[in-house]
Amino acid sequence: MSSPILINNVQKIFKTPGKDVVALKDINLTIQPGEFVCLLGPSGCGKSTLLNAVAGFQPPSAGEITIDGRKILSPGPDRGMVFQEYALFPWMTVGQNIAFGLEVQKKDKAEIDLIVSQLLDLLHLKDFRDRFPKDLSGGMRQRVAIARVLALDSPIMLMDEPFGALDALTRRNLQDELLRIWEKLGKTILFVTHSIEESIYLADRIVVMTYRPGTVKRDQRVAMPRPRDPSSAAFNDLKRELGRLVMEEQQRHANDEMKMAAVD
Amino acid sequence: MQKLKDFAHGALVPVLVLILWEACSRAGLFSAVVMPAPTAVAAKWWAYLLPAQEQEIGQSWLAWLFSGELLHDAYSSLYRVIAGFLIGAGLALPIGLLMGASNRIYALFNPLMQILRPIPPIAYIPLAILWFGLGNPPSFFLIAIGAFFPVLMNTIAGVRQVDGIYLRAARNLGVGQWTMFTRVILPAATPYILAGVRIGIGTAFIVVIVSEMIAVNDGLGFRILEAREFMWSDKIIAGMITIGLLGLFIDTAVSRLNNHLLRWHRGLEH
Repeated sequence: MSSPILINNVQKIFKTPGKDVVALKDINLTIQPGEFVCLLGPSGCGKSTLLNAVAGFQPPSAGEITIDGRKILSPGPDRGMVFQEYALFPWMTVGQNIAFGLEVQKKDKAEIDLIVSQLLDLLHLKDFRDRFPKDLSGGMRQRVAIARVLALDSPIMLMDEPFGALDALTRRNLQDELLRIWEKLGKTILFVTHSIEESIYLADRIVVMTYRPGTVKRDQRVAMPRPRDPSSAAFNDLKRELGRLVMEEQQRHANDEMKMAAVD
Repeated sequence: MQKLKDFAHGALVPVLVLILWEACSRAGLFSAVVMPAPTAVAAKWWAYLLPAQEQEIGQSWLAWLFSGELLHDAYSSLYRVIAGFLIGAGLALPIGLLMGASNRIYALFNPLMQILRPIPPIAYIPLAILWFGLGNPPSFFLIAIGAFFPVLMNTIAGVRQVDGIYLRAARNLGVGQWTMFTRVILPAATPYILAGVRIGIGTAFIVVIVSEMIAVNDGLGFRILEAREFMWSDKIIAGMITIGLLGLFIDTAVSRLNNHLLRWHRGLEH
């Protein structure tokens, strides 16, 4: 089907006037085709940096990311990205937003029309085709953003805290939709979140990251069958375990901020 | 009903002023040459509006209607505003897009623009006549200068403030440079550009009146200056009112166009 994402000794350093910040250090991961992987950690742990490196927005300072033997240096439609801020083009209607990536690929109009219609169906957006994003709720906007990426028919989908700005009910609803689509289309998903529960609910595998420098603290498989019950004992055991790991890093983050505040 | 009430409320002060003015004129407080009564101005305005002659045989109805001085003048002024504006904005838009998109081009052109920008269009009048002689061309030139800078500055600002998230999303979709420019940067900048258009057309309208006072023999600006030579103050005021109405018409039209083009924009309710 498609080949794995190979992340090899990746390092990312941000140069700032005062000092260099090591955002990522010695990251080694292999993400299998069709795998649903969550990157979990507190803010500042470099999970978004890693995702941006895979997306090609910010290539690593050292090491490399390869897909299909090709080194990732720039963004491309083979790795569609869903942003937390939706990033829909407000001047395009829902239908035009979804069609845009296909128009860029110079697909013919009838084919684009067909794909857009199918995606509108898949994401329950049929009645919103001619609406502008400003008329939609946050949950609806994120459905459009997902449809826009699905239109590219890329094997890999990158998601940067996509449901972070949504209320709890909408969030659960979209998580279920995402799982349904993932099971149907068999995409590889790399999903950044700071919600422990979200990661356990969704992922095949959870990569817990450390706070500065960002390294892999734990690479956790989740074997529970889906749909997963967040109130089950197994779910909560894992939640407690991961919670402990994340809180250690959160504590380091908090200490760091205090220190910086003290220096100021 | 409420609308009617609001209208009556809004009309109260203007009507009172008109009544006071009329009363003062009738009482002989001001000379009719200096300050004619509002009824005299209205009568003049009506006469100014009506076609000068009977409809000739074979003359189209529209041509006859526009043979009246007022409509002819309003049309001439509007024509100059639109032609001058299109030239000015037509130059400002591509230059502004380039200056906004490229720091190198910006650094190259910005000093010149900053030197030229504070020169009021009116100061170009002597040069305009020297270069373009009489007739429409010097007006077009002056109006184009008036419209150029507001559109230029806003286009630059519009391109520079485009949210990086749109650029990232577009790059992720595989968008190339040209498509990025035409389908992402340009539409994202339109709220700013259209604000510049509105300011630019306002400036164009100021400049048209001035430019008609120098080099042409029709248009609203020409007409009120001509009326002064004959001491026709009623016609001066009638012409000024027409200028006001035409300005209101242009601004309303531009604002409608804005609302249509920005119907996607969050800040606008329609």
